[in-house]
Amino acid sequence: MIVSRKKLNWLERLYLPAILSGLRVTLRHFFRRKVTMQYPEERWVVPTGYRGAPYLVKDQAGRTKCVSCQLCEFVCPPRAIRIDPPGPDINESAGNVEKEPQDFRIDMLRCIFCGYCQEVCPEEAIFLQEDYSLIGRTREEMVYGKDKLLELGGVHQDGILKWARKQREAEEQGVH
Amino acid sequence: MVSNKSKKKTAPAPETITVKVDGQAVDMPRTMPDPLTGEPVPTTMIQACKIAGVEIPHYCYHPKLPVAGNCRMCLVEYGMPALGPDRQPLLNEDGAPEIRRMTLPYEPGTPRGAIACATPVAPGMEIYANSPATRQMREAVLESLLINHPLDCPICDQAGECKLQEYSVEHGQAASRFVEQKVHKPKQVDLGPRIMLDAERCILCSRCIRFTKDIAGDDALGFVDRGSYSTLTTFPGKPFDNNYTLNTADICPVGALTSKDFRFQMRVWFLKESPSLCTSCGTGCNVVMGSREEQIYRYEPRENDAVNSSWLCDEGRLNYRWIGRPDRLADPLRDGQKTGDWPALLQAVAERLADAKPGSTAVIASARQTTEELFLLRRLAQRLDALSDTPARLGEADQLLVSADKNPNTNGARLSGFCFTEMGINLPKIASGIRRGKITNLIVFGEDVTRCGIDRALLQKVECLIVSDILPNETTARAHFLLPGCAHAEKRGTFVNVKGRLQRFFKAVEPPGRARPETEFLTDLVHRLTGESLPDNPEGLFNHMASEIKAFSKIRWSDLGDTGVDVPV
Repeated sequence: MIVSRKKLNWLERLYLPAILSGLRVTLRHFFRRKVTMQYPEERWVVPTGYRGAPYLVKDQAGRTKCVSCQLCEFVCPPRAIRIDPPGPDINESAGNVEKEPQDFRIDMLRCIFCGYCQEVCPEEAIFLQEDYSLIGRTREEMVYGKDKLLELGGVHQDGILKWARKQREAEEQGVH
Repeated sequence: MVSNKSKKKTAPAPETITVKVDGQAVDMPRTMPDPLTGEPVPTTMIQACKIAGVEIPHYCYHPKLPVAGNCRMCLVEYGMPALGPDRQPLLNEDGAPEIRRMTLPYEPGTPRGAIACATPVAPGMEIYANSPATRQMREAVLESLLINHPLDCPICDQAGECKLQEYSVEHGQAASRFVEQKVHKPKQVDLGPRIMLDAERCILCSRCIRFTKDIAGDDALGFVDRGSYSTLTTFPGKPFDNNYTLNTADICPVGALTSKDFRFQMRVWFLKESPSLCTSCGTGCNVVMGSREEQIYRYEPRENDAVNSSWLCDEGRLNYRWIGRPDRLADPLRDGQKTGDWPALLQAVAERLADAKPGSTAVIASARQTTEELFLLRRLAQRLDALSDTPARLGEADQLLVSADKNPNTNGARLSGFCFTEMGINLPKIASGIRRGKITNLIVFGEDVTRCGIDRALLQKVECLIVSDILPNETTARAHFLLPGCAHAEKRGTFVNVKGRLQRFFKAVEPPGRARPETEFLTDLVHRLTGESLPDNPEGLFNHMASEIKAFSKIRWSDLGDTGVDVPV
């Protein structure tokens, strides 16, 4: 269908009413509260419950909470997570936890920030935190390793500390 | 289920009785063979339910082990025909026998369950496998088993194939009512060189004790202490070390016994399971290969009552690392130079062999090659009028599974006509032929001939050495044409074990680099030399081979199934 071009009438050809109505909009915004932020110098306040980048956390005693159960790797829809399990050697430093990942990689280019990893984690070791602006110069740089994830993740105040409790109970019962 | 054959052997006149399982009347033999002795013993309720297709949850019961009856998980409610004072069955008004549900004698309103694994069935018995009382009993038993369980599934290797997890979901309670402190027991206990014990997770089913005492013949394990402090242990100072220890990790229904080799290597739900065979000896035990992303993580036994029952020796089970070795032969070589061009290489080999005088070629192939490959090599040998042979590989046998023959396909080599019954009889002839300059071309598949009578100096005299192998050795280093082949985990094919069981295996992982399955390039070579077009897929090739080999007559690839067929050897 061909739409014929509408002929402008005299008033419209004058342009002035259109300009004035435009100026009215501008003037109205002139006196309103300003919403533009000077990003990146100025940042917005991330609301609670926001799903930013997933990072690994340590507990208040400084223990890496992840035990390499690989449930997040299993549940991750875009397969962004890869974990290298620790292997058979006994890890003396892990104590009664026995396990800690050898490496933990999240490809932030694949991550869709769905939060399944946080939801499935039985150890409360991974949390989607507030970072939304992830920058890297190469694809490799966007694959965050275990050390980087732990450094960015910080400390999670664990209210249960189940492994420490188990250790304490076992010691009380004289089991090593 | 017991096959008709073995039933006839043990019970000359199998008497059948009718039992009702969940309201469904099922006929079953009155006796079944004992798992150890084969003597007829009364059929138990758990076997009856299995025949009826109803699974009863169980931990300590294992069809291949003596019954212990200690986990109580298989408790079921049941009823028996009521008897009058004259010991005659009481009848209902409709003439059917009156069935009385078993109740506690001192508490007639309470159902009295029986453990299905140790209670024989009787005519007219009714088993209520899913009644409210049965379900309640299961729930209570599970709750009791979980009292001191550490619930450390995130660090437990059994997670994903753990019966405690499965039954908790299926029959357990959603939340724990236990508020007391749990009894703690030692974790990471070094039970033996290949087995790690976590005593906290143990539910004291005693499967491992029974296995190692009655099947492996090494009375190594036992319980010490009492009540909730009961713990599995070995004799003080004596490690749990026989050639079958890892089977205890398989049959352990929980994560108490775990394999040190597989410990913390990969979670089981990532593993792709491929049915395959163990190649460490001539027994040909059926295995399941667990692999993820072209890496094999473990072998587990696959049940085959004609070969290995449900077991696997530790030596064979742990003999898989070489498949992923970094020095695997991955590139075809021509005079030591890498070439990616398989067709040109095969053409060169074919031209070389086509020009050879009849009788100037010899073929030595390992009995680790598949039957199909040996069949194709036999074709080549016939075309070239070549001497062919297979070196024997002998070791020590044991009383359970391990065979003295360390080649997985000795009988395949014999049946395909590649070698004589007495293996290695042609090797001295080949060696002297090379020495006298009569044999100038040597084709070697999967063997290091410097270890079987053809030393380096003799190998220097060979004008054209065509070698196919998997790992580098003295012979591959001297090859003029090197054709990298596949490990059995990387291809499909068949083996014939020492007892004449023809079994097939499947591919689990991709071969490294440019290595190709031997049947692919051998059919190509046979075609180039003889003009004969053989199928280059394993199924077609097997069917073609079976039509030519007398012992395999009328067997099709699809007939082999999961457990193989017997062939005369």
